[in-house]
Amino acid sequence: MILAAAVEVSRSYGDVRALDRVSIRVEEGELVGLLGPNGAGKSTLINLLTGVRRPDSGRVELCGGDPRDPRSRRALGVTPQETGLPATLKVGEVVDFVAAHHPDPVPRAELLDRFGLADLARRQTGGLSGGQKRRLAIALAFVGRPRIVVLDEPTTGLDVEARRGLWDAIEAFHAAGGTVLLSSHYLEEIEALARRVVVLGGGRVLADDTVAAVRDVVGVRRVSVTVSGVLPDLPGVVAVERDGDRAHLLTTDADALVRALVTSTVDFRQLEVRPTSLEEAFLALTRPVPATA
Amino acid sequence: MPLTLVHARYQLLETIRVPIAVVGSAFFPAAAMLFFVVPFAGDDAVAATYATASMVVFSIMVSSLFTFGVGVADDRSQPWDGFTRTLPAGPGPRFAGRILAGMAMTLVSLVPVLLVAALLTAATVSATGLLLGLCAVFVGALPFTLMGLAIGYALPLKAALVVCQVVFFPLAVGGGLMSSPDEAPRFIEVIAPYLPTRGAVELMWAAVGDYPPQARSLLMLAVWTLAAAAAALSAYRRDEGRRFR
Repeated sequence: MILAAAVEVSRSYGDVRALDRVSIRVEEGELVGLLGPNGAGKSTLINLLTGVRRPDSGRVELCGGDPRDPRSRRALGVTPQETGLPATLKVGEVVDFVAAHHPDPVPRAELLDRFGLADLARRQTGGLSGGQKRRLAIALAFVGRPRIVVLDEPTTGLDVEARRGLWDAIEAFHAAGGTVLLSSHYLEEIEALARRVVVLGGGRVLADDTVAAVRDVVGVRRVSVTVSGVLPDLPGVVAVERDGDRAHLLTTDADALVRALVTSTVDFRQLEVRPTSLEEAFLALTRPVPATA
Repeated sequence: MPLTLVHARYQLLETIRVPIAVVGSAFFPAAAMLFFVVPFAGDDAVAATYATASMVVFSIMVSSLFTFGVGVADDRSQPWDGFTRTLPAGPGPRFAGRILAGMAMTLVSLVPVLLVAALLTAATVSATGLLLGLCAVFVGALPFTLMGLAIGYALPLKAALVVCQVVFFPLAVGGGLMSSPDEAPRFIEVIAPYLPTRGAVELMWAAVGDYPPQARSLLMLAVWTLAAAAAALSAYRRDEGRRFR
């Protein structure tokens, strides 16, 4: 069964097109990563799928219905942004508030225990540390025993240990049959959790593939040299950009490329090798240039 | 509807956790009583009663407009609001819970007004009159509550604050809240029946005294209430939390 879907969805804010005919499907039991730089449209897509906003055009679906219909959201768990907890309410009160919306909520003590918040039930959320707030925010997604949870950058700003703890909780939910849509701008986080990843950039879906396939693309390096003449044929080049004398070669194997450059007769200067950002890699690969992956 | 009570309870909890907010909403009407009613109409039982009734309407109008107009706009600017929209509940419980909580706060803000009236003026009211007056509070608060909701859902916080301030003054003066029943300046007598404040205060005067309310004022009160309800509903429907350009 498809638990969440967007079909040809577009959404603009004023003149800015946040999403441009985006389609995505999440089947029951999947753990899908939503990857992309800031401003790629991740949060907008999540807002549409969780019923917070509506699309300008296209169709969104959640658990077989319109996400703006409360009934469609019964099996949905969402994480508020860390800064968004009501500061004057106590941890236990916030959990109870969310629980009141669900027919069969996880008992408060059990939930707080699972997320390591048992000692904090009587603290006001405004007094929690960043990591504690984040854990509470994620715990709230699980209060109503959801079938699908949507986590928008769940571990941004957490230290390594806290991040691992949350990953464990997400994996346990998924192992028990839960469906997860998780956005992040860390490839590492998606790699640790997801089997499938959807890459967004500039409001469009740049890739929708296995994590392994996307990792290969993201592993692209940029090798830049200044040459006066014409470049020879070089191995493993997926895209070339020329900027006057400067040539930028995108490659999946920088070592082989540099070796070939050195052994070739071409007279190059100012060799530079650096990793491409996610955005660069995907934009380069999706731009209509002669060389493609 | 238990979910409505849950929303009302949390609204009140959040308000009460910042006690100065409670003091603030109770202070203004009480201070207005002390400065405007006690020295000018304090000794005349009928005038003091009418003036207190006017001040009560003034108080519920200000409290409703600001509680809902500014309160809702402020809530909408918080990320928590976006989160509550993902919970499996329609607008009903949130709307109703907010109104309940607002009414409770309005009643609290009336206590000092009534205390000042009872202790420092000659104003009198029968038990029946007090009960009727309480009913009039609820009916009279409705259009301003809905107006506040419309403003709060339609506008960002800073704009909502300004609009509330701009709206409440002409409503108060134009509706004749600053003058006793039949001593208002001529132009106010002309426009007052068309403002919701007049209908509300006539209900209040009728409840605590023997003022015969005018059909036209009450009709306009109903019209304003319906119009404000439509505006609030439409603003709520169009609202998607914060809006950026």
